[in-house]
Amino acid sequence: MENVTHDLANNVANKETTANHPIIIARDVHKWFGHFHALRGINMEVHKGEVVVIFGPSGSGKSTFIRTLNRLEEHQRGQIIVDGIELSHDVRNIERVRMETGMVFQSFNLFPHLTVLQNITLAPLWVRKWKKEQAEEIAMQLLERVGIPEQAHKFPGQLSGGQQQRVAIARALAMQPKIMLFDEPTSALDPEMIKEVLDVMIELARSGMTMLVVTHEMGFAKAVAHRMYFFDSGQIVESGTPDEIFTHPKEERTKLFLSQILTH
Amino acid sequence: MTTTYSKANILPPPSESSTLWGWARKNLFKTWYDTLLTFFILGVLYALIRPFIAWAIGKAQWEVVQVNFRLLMVGQYPAAETWRAWLCLYLLAGILGLSLGVWARQKPWLSAILLLSPVLLVFYPDLSSEARNRLLGLALTALLAFAFGRWRGARLGRAAVILWVLYFPAVLIIIRGGGLLENLAPAVPTSLWGGLMLTFLLTVVGILFSFPLGVLLALGRRSSLPAARWVSITYIEVIRGVPLVTILFMSSVMVPLFLPSGVRPDRVLRAMIGITLFTAAYLAENVRGGLQAIPRGQFEAAHALGLSGFHTMALIILPQALRTVIPVIMGLFIALFKDTSLVATIGLLELLGISRSILAQPQYVSFQREVYLFISLIYWIFSYGMSYASRRLETRLGVGER
Repeated sequence: MENVTHDLANNVANKETTANHPIIIARDVHKWFGHFHALRGINMEVHKGEVVVIFGPSGSGKSTFIRTLNRLEEHQRGQIIVDGIELSHDVRNIERVRMETGMVFQSFNLFPHLTVLQNITLAPLWVRKWKKEQAEEIAMQLLERVGIPEQAHKFPGQLSGGQQQRVAIARALAMQPKIMLFDEPTSALDPEMIKEVLDVMIELARSGMTMLVVTHEMGFAKAVAHRMYFFDSGQIVESGTPDEIFTHPKEERTKLFLSQILTH
Repeated sequence: MTTTYSKANILPPPSESSTLWGWARKNLFKTWYDTLLTFFILGVLYALIRPFIAWAIGKAQWEVVQVNFRLLMVGQYPAAETWRAWLCLYLLAGILGLSLGVWARQKPWLSAILLLSPVLLVFYPDLSSEARNRLLGLALTALLAFAFGRWRGARLGRAAVILWVLYFPAVLIIIRGGGLLENLAPAVPTSLWGGLMLTFLLTVVGILFSFPLGVLLALGRRSSLPAARWVSITYIEVIRGVPLVTILFMSSVMVPLFLPSGVRPDRVLRAMIGITLFTAAYLAENVRGGLQAIPRGQFEAAHALGLSGFHTMALIILPQALRTVIPVIMGLFIALFKDTSLVATIGLLELLGISRSILAQPQYVSFQREVYLFISLIYWIFSYGMSYASRRLETRLGVGER
């Protein structure tokens, strides 16, 4: 009985949080790798349905930050609250947050010993405990959505980079997450494959998914981002709407970086 | 227009003459010193092998093997119970035939020849008619299973795997007898087990038990729990620092000292435990190598999907790690098969032990060459068989890696 009432209370609380509060809250987040201070007090709030683009030079901590949000990296100071759950050493909380957040990696990280379909259904079967038919049906719908249903029974090694990354997106979506994290999803791709992945991401953004995207694809940012954050040396240097960032950047470092990546 | 253009440019690969003479000219007689080297090596081979062949066909007296054949195969296992060893062979023929039918679909004639090989032994002159019939039955069983496997195809794949998994425990139960089977197959004490049969049983038990233990030790060595890590490291490093013979002596001489008087565990069982513990330590190190070869991204992707640590290991990491170490593990198992001969030093009568006890009899003292050559051939046949099977397994499981 206690559990039930507790869950009910939780649900009500969750509804309230989605209505009034941001779905991701990061307060003064710090992270060290040995003596290297990788994140130096990051503050960020992301609301449901928002698309946030994070960019900046390599080593600026943007990937590290996005990886602290599902605790692939542990933050050492500050507070991170995802969907009303605070990330701490509590393993149950970590697993709950990971169920609600999907992640797409630069190097795809598909499971090479499983077929495309098995890659996508694995987590729904073992974590969500769905029936096999249900998991496969949803997996096929997702493959349809990312445009490669005919590859379902191939192994990842038989697909092109762009196809692999689209499978990785489908795999993350299969858990029906509330938030999608993208860690440089197009950086390892050949130019002609970048577009097919970005198209899928744009469609996803327009469907109302909450997305945090670390990327240098400024076309993507212009098309769908609500807000952009410029990271440098483990800090947020500047943030704003794409329009503000591209046409009136306030900081010198932002101007310099944008001029470097936009004119080459 | 473009299609005809590109079609015109697709050429067949240049053909290479594959006649025997063409091959020889390319590989053996390309230059004058190649030719010289070829003839020199042929001469050396002839000089080395000729006396051996002459001895094997002319002077060697193979009666010693013939007379003691039963001893070499099953040791002192009671004659009335030998049918159980045959039963195990029949089961093996059936499962092997079925597996080849299901999986080896490319060259059926090759499988058929392999399965018919027992028939060749029928032409051996001094064979009892009973043994002859049994050998024919063996080939027939294998062929029938092969045909069934080919007919039903991949649908039987899962069944074949399950049969293989059940086969080895079943063999142990059949040979041991007793328990619920007492009326049908009375218990045979392990002191009567011997010959090639005991060699096989030691190998099978060693593989069956060292595999899970080795995997656990490998996981323990990489565990984040200090207790598990230190226990695993200590175990692995202690065992790897001691020769197998020493472990076998320890298990046969020292273990009884630690046990209350009157409790004397079975000698074969003690040897099996020694072999298992020894192999597990090496297996753990091999598996650890496989685990280290898995990129960090695989762990991260699994964690990001919300998989627990256990599921990540069991579903993502171990299947990949074990696949990469199949060749090393099979090498380890082949070594284990040959190392079982060391139990002869603690007085067990497996293939080598029984050979030495045969040769200790006055009438056979002068037949060392024949007996040792014969058992070498047996060791070679099975070692090569395992090695061949492992290569096939590798290519089969390589799917998806490409």
